[in-house]
Amino acid sequence: MSNAQQFDTRPQGEIPVESPLAYSMQRSGAPKAKAGTKVTMRERPFLGQLTLRGGAIVLDEALREVVGLGLPGEPLGLVQDQAGERSIQWISPDEWLLIVPGGEEFDIERRLREALGDAHFAISNVGGGQTVLELEGEAASEVLKKSVAYDVHPRHFSVGKGVTTVFAKATVILRRPSEERWELVVRRSFADYTYRWLLDAGEEFDIAVEN
Amino acid sequence: MFYILCPYCGEHREEEEFHPKGQAHIARPADPENTSDDEWGDYLFFRDNPRGVHHELWVHAVGCRKFFNITRHTVSYEILEVYKMGEQPSITAESLASAEKSQGVQVGDGGQQTVGASDSAAKDSRGTKV
Ligand SMILES: [Zn+2]
Repeated sequence: MSNAQQFDTRPQGEIPVESPLAYSMQRSGAPKAKAGTKVTMRERPFLGQLTLRGGAIVLDEALREVVGLGLPGEPLGLVQDQAGERSIQWISPDEWLLIVPGGEEFDIERRLREALGDAHFAISNVGGGQTVLELEGEAASEVLKKSVAYDVHPRHFSVGKGVTTVFAKATVILRRPSEERWELVVRRSFADYTYRWLLDAGEEFDIAVEN
Repeated sequence: MFYILCPYCGEHREEEEFHPKGQAHIARPADPENTSDDEWGDYLFFRDNPRGVHHELWVHAVGCRKFFNITRHTVSYEILEVYKMGEQPSITAESLASAEKSQGVQVGDGGQQTVGASDSAAKDSRGTKV
């Protein structure tokens, strides 16, 4: 067991929690679906997000034991569980992003630390620093084509792939968990910018926001 | 725009995602206490500025954030190869010159290529006697 100090970052009791986009949705609006809506955006706030760093072999073993997921075997890989609730994504040769339902991350971190023991590793809870945006619909990739230089053509960007790349003048982790759905993991400080950019880029497709 | 192959991500990415970090393979003097001012100055401040093949350190800044090496031609901007940290280049100014020589392409004095010139013809044109 490592002797790293850990604390649950989730507030207890009556302290209100606001997503990084709470203000943006009020200020910039959240358009409702229309007849011609071809793309829908939604935020998935308050997910548990852990950055895992270390050797692939030990991390893979610990993750299988604790979460029941193995590390993606290839660079740019994204692996999910059956329900699509927990995912692990390749970020760098020694770094992976684990996303789990909000509230699970504290316990998972503790159990991972136990399982990893004296191995050389680092786990950081990054859930407070970034949020997840989803794009869904036939025009989702069209909106992305206006926003990233990265090639999002299905031939190049297959399901189960994820990249860190440039989005407008910010950066995102862009991933494709299923045929019709794209996920953008954005930094908290860029969330408003990204949201407003997507509203603007999606205007011609009558973008709708669900929350 | 360059389209650069990141050896860690394993695919080509836009130049926008990368930063150049200067000359590659610069080793810190192993014994700083016994390093002369000249040697220390060379290590800190002096860099090669070749006309031709150059080995450079780059970082995939908006991506996997790993450093790696690029062998690049400073005249044509052509990227000849990329290789990971800790590896050595397989293409160097010397290897390229001898490869071109064996293909009948002579590298002239100014680094200019004299296409098709044979060894002896190139020497004759410079007026040198063997
Ligand atoms: Zn990379």
